Amino acid sequence: MSVVNDLSICVATANGSGSASSNNILFKSIFKMGIPCSSKNMFPSNIQGLPTWYQIRANGDGYLGRKDVIDVMVMFNDDTSDKDIYRVRDGGLIIYDDTKPLPDDLKRDGVQYLGVPANALVQKHVEAGPLRAKQRNMLYVGALAYLFGIDMETIREVLSDTFGNKPAVIESNLLCIQLGYDHMRDNNLSQSIAMLETIPGGNEGKIVTEGNTACALGAIYGGVTFCAWYPITPSSSLAEALERYLPRLRKDKDGKNTYAVIQAEDEIAATNMVAGAGWMGARAMTSTSGPGVSLMNETLGLQYFAEIPGVYFIIQRGGPSTGLPTRTQQADIQLMHVASHGDTRHIILIPHDMKSSFDLARRSFDVAERFQTPVFVMMDLDLGMNLWGSDPLELVQEPFDRGKVLSQEDLDQQGSFARYLDVDGDGIPQRTIPGNRHPLASYFARGSGHDSHARYSEDEKDYKETLDRLRQKYETARAFVPKPLVEYDADNNAGVICFGSSAEAVREARDRLRASGLETNHLLLRALPLSEEVREFMAAHEVVYLMEQNRDGQMAAIFREEFPEFATRIVSILIYDGLPATAGEIVRQVEQHREAATNGIETKVDESWQKQIASI
Amino acid sequence: MAKTNRVDLTERDYKGAESTMCRGCGHDAISASIMRAFFASSVDPRNVIKMSGIGCSSKTPNYFMNQAFGINAVHGRMASVATGANVGNHAMIPLGISGDGDTSAIGLGNFCHMMRRNVNITYVIENNGVYGLTKGQFSATADEGTVMKGGKINDIPAIDLCELAITLGATYVARSFSGDRKQLAPLIQGAVAHKGSAILDVLSPCVTFNDHSGSTKSLKYIREHLDPLHDIDFIPPYENIEVDYEEGTDQEVTMHDGSRITLHKLGHNYDPTNRMQAVTALHAAVAEHKFLTGLIYLNEERAEFVDDLNLCDTPLAYLTQEQVQPSPSYLDEINAELRK
Repeated sequence: MSVVNDLSICVATANGSGSASSNNILFKSIFKMGIPCSSKNMFPSNIQGLPTWYQIRANGDGYLGRKDVIDVMVMFNDDTSDKDIYRVRDGGLIIYDDTKPLPDDLKRDGVQYLGVPANALVQKHVEAGPLRAKQRNMLYVGALAYLFGIDMETIREVLSDTFGNKPAVIESNLLCIQLGYDHMRDNNLSQSIAMLETIPGGNEGKIVTEGNTACALGAIYGGVTFCAWYPITPSSSLAEALERYLPRLRKDKDGKNTYAVIQAEDEIAATNMVAGAGWMGARAMTSTSGPGVSLMNETLGLQYFAEIPGVYFIIQRGGPSTGLPTRTQQADIQLMHVASHGDTRHIILIPHDMKSSFDLARRSFDVAERFQTPVFVMMDLDLGMNLWGSDPLELVQEPFDRGKVLSQEDLDQQGSFARYLDVDGDGIPQRTIPGNRHPLASYFARGSGHDSHARYSEDEKDYKETLDRLRQKYETARAFVPKPLVEYDADNNAGVICFGSSAEAVREARDRLRASGLETNHLLLRALPLSEEVREFMAAHEVVYLMEQNRDGQMAAIFREEFPEFATRIVSILIYDGLPATAGEIVRQVEQHREAATNGIETKVDESWQKQIASI
Repeated sequence: MAKTNRVDLTERDYKGAESTMCRGCGHDAISASIMRAFFASSVDPRNVIKMSGIGCSSKTPNYFMNQAFGINAVHGRMASVATGANVGNHAMIPLGISGDGDTSAIGLGNFCHMMRRNVNITYVIENNGVYGLTKGQFSATADEGTVMKGGKINDIPAIDLCELAITLGATYVARSFSGDRKQLAPLIQGAVAHKGSAILDVLSPCVTFNDHSGSTKSLKYIREHLDPLHDIDFIPPYENIEVDYEEGTDQEVTMHDGSRITLHKLGHNYDPTNRMQAVTALHAAVAEHKFLTGLIYLNEERAEFVDDLNLCDTPLAYLTQEQVQPSPSYLDEINAELRK
């Protein structure tokens, strides 16, 4: 067998059947072998019964994006089997429960079928009870372990890591895994797709986590003291991670909390609580998804206009409306970019992996206080909820930036204070915190028109000055927000830009394009507003492929508005089926464009951008 | 020389910008009672946060206590802003001003949940049964059968905000009338002393859009239908006044900070600590077309929201990096756990 450590396994089960546990064991066992691997959970919006797919990719070269094709399909959900048999590639393998013979309509050519009588085996070996149906899923773990070379000792370690203090659970799971393993071995069953081999030292020191946990930890290290949130997939696990870690990390010497987490009655309450706490000077945050941002719009405008800091973690899912609540998307970029009515522009930080989720979450509180405005941390379901192998989270130790907060002593020294006056010419005014007892300190924050002294004003000059200063503040942010990560070689004419969870798929796609003769430069975007480095990158390339996960090229529209002189250089690569991006689809779209450009047939450059400028 | 209170401030120190309400508006009278109450209780305005939503009433925090920080938020959401502000800095004294549209219509849900949590606040609803800034539409506290300027009749029953407040967990519930400063000022003092959600539903006639005959919120109609439960006095904790206590007629309630509220009964045999009686009395008043005023319900037992949260003594807003950033060694520990 020539292929080693390059494999994708898709497990099809019914939601609520206990497969989360078996899939986790399978994934972590491969991880423990030192093989780079990732998992994508394609789950339904449902508690029990609807179909769910879990796709694991093991890849010795370290590509962690979703693999384009499925090599192995574990067909454990009768409701989807008729389609699942066609999800696996030609030459692939289907593992199924052969307690009963496979019906003819589930047979197809060009794939290998291997059966494991999972139902029969659990009925024979596992006591009747509610757990029996769940234990059935452990059978495919065992079958895969034998077929692909995962040793039982590794699995035992993972079980012990997972269920440490419950030896009975470990043993019962192990029994079922062993049943699957033995069945394959005793019947001399084998496959010829690939083998998994331990990589000594591989994954050493690495962690496995999901972006929502990394963001929560980042927020804690960034000094969050206040979180108000409303449950919504795929963001709930971020607030829940806060609730999990805060009690351990953030008690004072008397055992009292140096934080508050409030589950609000809706997203409108959550955002207004954030505004109230932020106004008081607390480091305040919420986490939500697209529908939540829709509801929060009005108060985002208040925070923008009255200049109240707050951090908004947005874990994007498929829209519009309820859309696909459990699938991934980057389709709320413009919703965040110009959130709320009237002229607004918001700062958005964009993590792309576990470490940057932690780091940007931490920094977001500094940015919010420095710029006295709501700051978005833009995530998506793939980054936020799927498990990713990663280097350990790393704390950059630096002092908090509380921005231009004036103390009583500062006011004494300065002798004057106007809350909304641009003292420094950067658009950022000075701020006082309630509790400051200096006679100059108090001011009246409001979402209505105001002058530089925070007095109510309907004067057109005051109003325009405020709008212009807020724009100036946004301009100042260009040089302050996280810079893009750029790979540049002057010989290359083509550039690729991506952001967020696309980074892994794009890295792999560029390697494949290189292999087929197209060298590209790369810019990983990490924030809005766009910085000078982004402009330079646009200026340096004839063609820039801008990859994003939405239908309309929302980020491309922002680029075209910001850089009209480079507008025609942008070629949108768009993936928006709700599934995590794959390198193969990116390569396909790039090659399609190149072919069209070379052969002079229809140009694929999207010229609808002119309309989009008007609609932003 | 002007009279000063215990924090060496004069009544002048409780003033704000000049009001832009219509001449004779009940809201200005409420502002005057607020200034009087805070002066009388010797509350330093610099310890107060003033919060409001949108509407005529929500403009008024600008017209008193200039030295207090204030926020004029979005329509109907002051209850949530106040929740965040109270938790963000529980050392500040929260005062919320709202209207009947702001509280009983657009903001009803958030108002309910603030009371359910028993967030500490003095929450004044300046209730005129009408939308003023948008020129005279009915609000959700417009009484059934009341007539809009122009003749339209309201067929839908009003929301009784006091009854709602009692049901949802508010712990200090009062109704008053903007023109009755003698009753309103001590009720506000009591509300400020109380730790928890103190809801004051204050009838405040709109002289421009709701003062005509046929309206049940006109100055004349309100005056004719007032039914005060008791005369009320507020005695701050530092005052050692002994009140002549008449068995069966007077009731005294001591609050957590040691201040006392004395109620001199007026015809009613009424105990504001009796929740069932409070709800029954409110129902009876609606049936009799009366505005029952006074301290309707008081519960000094229930903990306020920040106590439920087990917050540290230092306000969250004042915590420093040293107090909130965990040591890097904890991150090493967590990384190790995430390797499993």
